[in-house]
Amino acid sequence: MADPAPRRVVSMNLCTDQLAMLLAAKGQLVSVSDLAVDPRASAMVEQARGYTINHARAEEVHALRPDLVLAGQYSSRASVGMLRRLGIRVETFAPARSMDDIGAALERMGALLGREEAGKRAAARFEERLSALRAEVERRPEAALYYANGYTLGDKTLAGQILLTAGFSNTAAKAGITGGRVMPLEQLVMYAPEALISGTSYSGETRSEAILDHPAVELLRRSRPSAEVRDRDWICGTPQVLRAVEGLGDLRRKALEGEG
Amino acid sequence: MIRVFAALAILCAALFIAALLVGPAQIGAIEGLRALILGGEGPAPLVMQEIRLPRALLAVMIGLSLGLSGAAMQGYLRNPLAEPGLIGVSGSAALGAVVAIHTGFSAAWAYGLPLSALAGALAGVALVIALAGPRGSSLTLILAGIAISAMAAALTSLVLNLSSNPFAANEIVFWMMGSLADRSMMHVGLALPLMVVGWAMLLPLGRGLDALTLGEDAAASMGVRLTRMRLVLVVGTACVVGAATAVAGAIGFVGLVVPHILRPLVGARPSRLLWASALGGAVMVLAADLAVRLILPERDLKLGVLTALVGAPLFLHLIYKTRRELP
Repeated sequence: MADPAPRRVVSMNLCTDQLAMLLAAKGQLVSVSDLAVDPRASAMVEQARGYTINHARAEEVHALRPDLVLAGQYSSRASVGMLRRLGIRVETFAPARSMDDIGAALERMGALLGREEAGKRAAARFEERLSALRAEVERRPEAALYYANGYTLGDKTLAGQILLTAGFSNTAAKAGITGGRVMPLEQLVMYAPEALISGTSYSGETRSEAILDHPAVELLRRSRPSAEVRDRDWICGTPQVLRAVEGLGDLRRKALEGEG
Repeated sequence: MIRVFAALAILCAALFIAALLVGPAQIGAIEGLRALILGGEGPAPLVMQEIRLPRALLAVMIGLSLGLSGAAMQGYLRNPLAEPGLIGVSGSAALGAVVAIHTGFSAAWAYGLPLSALAGALAGVALVIALAGPRGSSLTLILAGIAISAMAAALTSLVLNLSSNPFAANEIVFWMMGSLADRSMMHVGLALPLMVVGWAMLLPLGRGLDALTLGEDAAASMGVRLTRMRLVLVVGTACVVGAATAVAGAIGFVGLVVPHILRPLVGARPSRLLWASALGGAVMVLAADLAVRLILPERDLKLGVLTALVGAPLFLHLIYKTRRELP
């Protein structure tokens, strides 16, 4: 990377928003996406308020005259393609699927912003806190992640990795699910996991979320330790996931006490 | 005649039991039925009583409702193309349900959901009958149906698009296609009262519909009060379709296919067709919901996709036949 450090950086994806805010020099980051100020999705709402907000549309991003645009791998291809045709450098980040990805993403973001040192330091600090949290476990209680529409996440997802790091085993693995997929309610009930972890409800009723109030799920929830997770700590591969891991510690203790 | 009804009833019972025994959780037949009836500890009774039983019950109730309302509308309009899904009644009911859910009305009052769907369905049927007229030609009926369906679908999508909830937009599929996955006894309780009212209104219409086959004047001279009959038909259809749509989304084509298949078997008498279509509708929805769980069980195939795959070719066939009959 012999390029000079970019001076006007625009991020158009929630996860690159947060990585960039962590590592950018003062004045280097110009704009973050609208999701970064959504308290349900973003862990860094306060910081994000200080930036211009974009809605990940090519035209408004171009109008900010960036010399580097940060996007997610699944950001709209049309928008990213348009910006590239306009001669703007766009770097995309794949969503993190493991704890290792997070350290790597921190280092890469540091390098892109011309702040290798800051990136390496953040990655090292993250690894250190992570290994402190990775306690020795004798027994892994089984937990299921259950979201709207009966969606569950397996071991090859960030949420699945958070679960493993916190000393649980994942029910989805039993069902042969490694990525994200719908797990029929019947299956969840039959596996009878020791703990149930579900997403927080958004405002506004929907029938997608109604499954979380199904009598069978209610019964599972009442009869064993359960937790509602705050999405913002789970969505993006940033050091914030350590908060999610810490949050699961209590749940794990309860699950283990339950049998004593 | 008796044989047709007996065959339908046996088929319906057999499919009902099959619906209880098929599912992603591996539970043996004997064990499952014992858990269903005797209850007990462990996950099996929970699966049988709280997940499979409501699903099978809803399939029967919704099938009855759609078959019955299809036969009644076709009898009244004397047009084989009349069907609650096609002419926009299910779509307007879905709009009512979506509005109730996203304004929080359904959370504030449990019966808010089915009653809002009823209001939507009522508006839909009334519009169709007003636009198509009591003896509406096929053309005006279908055109009115297209207009109402498109309007209802657009407004439903608008409400879901504007919702602040990120899951809402995905639900357009549910409301357009319908599904019975993961419904609970609560949904049975919500839909049943309204459906019973609707059944009680539609089933006695048979005598009047029989008279109507001789023409309006003849029917009137036989003591059939046509305006009253129309009112009962509109409200009854709205009740059953509204309740069905509120809990399972818009499931199309059942009311078209079932009366069409059964009509020759009951000697084309509307009064008999009402009962036969009700049973036949239950058979079709039970069978379709079983198929959804057997074909691609992991992909949450929507029930309405399957009924549309069966129904749409038949619809084309009917249009083709109607066209030939036109001068």
